Amino acid sequence: MYSEVFPSIDQNELMSVIEEVGSRDVQVALQKDQLDIKDFAALISPAADPYIEEIANKAHQLTVQRFGRTILMYAPLYVSNYCTNGCRYCGFNHQNLMERHLLSHGQALDDAAVIASEGFRHLLLVSGEDPRYVDEQYLGELAVKLKGRFSSIGVEVQPLEESGYRHLSECGVDSLTIYQETYNTELYSEVHPSGKKRDFNYRLDTPERGALGGMRKVGLGVLLGLGNVSLDACNLALHARYIMQNYWRTQVSVSFPRLRAAEGGFQPYDPVSDRTLLKLICAFRLYTVDAVLVLSTRESAQFRDAVFPCGITQMSAGSKTNPGGYSSQDDTLEQFHVEDSRSVAHVAAAIREQGYEAVWKDWDPLLV
Amino acid sequence: MHSDVLTIGDRTFQSRLLLGTGKFASNDIMRQSIEASNTEVVTVALRRVDLDAPQDDMLNHINGDSILLLPNTAGARDADEAVRLARFARNAGCPSWVKLEVTPDPRYLLPDPLETYKAAKVLIADGFHVLPYINADPVLCKHLEELGCATVMPLGSPIGSNKGIKTRENLRIIIEQAQVPVVVDAGLGAPSHAAEAMEMGADAVLVNTAIAVARHPVAMARAFAKATEAGREAFLAGLGGSSDIANASSPLKGLMWE
Ligand code: SF4
Repeated sequence: MYSEVFPSIDQNELMSVIEEVGSRDVQVALQKDQLDIKDFAALISPAADPYIEEIANKAHQLTVQRFGRTILMYAPLYVSNYCTNGCRYCGFNHQNLMERHLLSHGQALDDAAVIASEGFRHLLLVSGEDPRYVDEQYLGELAVKLKGRFSSIGVEVQPLEESGYRHLSECGVDSLTIYQETYNTELYSEVHPSGKKRDFNYRLDTPERGALGGMRKVGLGVLLGLGNVSLDACNLALHARYIMQNYWRTQVSVSFPRLRAAEGGFQPYDPVSDRTLLKLICAFRLYTVDAVLVLSTRESAQFRDAVFPCGITQMSAGSKTNPGGYSSQDDTLEQFHVEDSRSVAHVAAAIREQGYEAVWKDWDPLLV
Repeated sequence: MHSDVLTIGDRTFQSRLLLGTGKFASNDIMRQSIEASNTEVVTVALRRVDLDAPQDDMLNHINGDSILLLPNTAGARDADEAVRLARFARNAGCPSWVKLEVTPDPRYLLPDPLETYKAAKVLIADGFHVLPYINADPVLCKHLEELGCATVMPLGSPIGSNKGIKTRENLRIIIEQAQVPVVVDAGLGAPSHAAEAMEMGADAVLVNTAIAVARHPVAMARAFAKATEAGREAFLAGLGGSSDIANASSPLKGLMWE
């Protein structure tokens, strides 16, 4: 498991690699087909700035070659904001005295109906992390009810045991998203002062438990703005490649959530600029050529339209980040504020305008 | 016009270029490219077909009267999944034809020979015309042929790699031995690659990425159509081969003329 591999990565050494890369390393990385972690570090370093055009071009070409001119569309469905964790940066943090909701299956189906009517066939079930409300049974039963309407159902909930993922997979769930948030163990303890999430290693091994439990796609990510962005990105890249090498049947996806203002007023420690985020997306395309790269509505419309051709293959649109948000039209209780608030049709049109096809269905429940 | 037709199963085709539909920027460009390519066989990934949203569906952009719609099982990781997909497609009204793809590896999408064989067996017994996508393995090809597959579809190089024919020696053996049409599938990145496959004696080629992601897909579709025809014509004309007989550097030559 990766929790056994991770301690052997000398973080200081990795940091010195990051600090020492220069423009020559960027040039080398641009020439290579198979990049190593030093190449990755070079591509996200300040030394890469003068080459940004060239890097973006290569990332674009590779993406088009591997994925075509297509963007897979998905929507998140928040089923609960109950959470037992105390993540300092999150509005759902159990210490925040906010209203809590758990959608009944009926309410979740109402939200799902709105999402389906907008054209989505790929759905991501999201919740805070409180197994008293949302557990594998709740999710499994819901997935069975949703199955006819959606061709792909993913979960972004608390880490489960392998048996939990197996159960979900039997109910029709095909993918799992779990962000490590940061690979800096000290910072990890600091921002996760309470709750089960404090267990760094349990979270670290979650993608593998998912893969072993039958999930076809596992999504990784760090919360950009929390830790040192270069170090976290390098660790994420290593983790992604480890999964690809050790679970050859599993597809890996990488998301790029930038820390946003949330209930509780947490300020990012290391804010990530647009330019840095662009470099990250390109570097992941070049380093993990076949990974699905995901961009959510946390990013502004303008930014999303500008960067998606540089490596993104999957996007959400019209998202609501509060339970019941689709059917109630109520924006309170959001987990984070959505920046790209354009309608689904508007986003799809913007994708088409750039010569891409917005793909709504690229999976079939018969495959699970 | 000579009557050089391609026969697969119980159907005949004038065109030897098959087209994949996965990566086009829009259904409209796909439709125009299909027209420009003159293809008569178009493969469609079943996982992309949305029977609930027929108005958007890519199937509506393909003229099913003049073109054989060949559903493929892309996404299937094992024989069971592929069989389920194929049967579902037939129940939904697709013809009993299937391009069998079993690719447990999501990165290079390399075909699983064992599961492909298993699925082919079930589907043939079920009355399907099965066109299996496989690695360029001559022995596997013979096994699949004996099973009753309508073609074999060995890869030139990994899907979407555009690297051309990297499996030349094995393809040569496959073509030499095959009793069913050999369709070179995957990896053909330029019209010259298609011509090369046809010159080698392949019965047809299947192309997707190279056309779909070209700057001008419609023009590229036309280019592939011409290259496929040219390669076929060259094969039929009997390529000279690289014989040593007329080689000016032959030691014998000097001896006899002096
Ligand atoms: S980030 Fe997740 S686990 Fe942490 S408080 Fe928010 S919802 Fe709970």
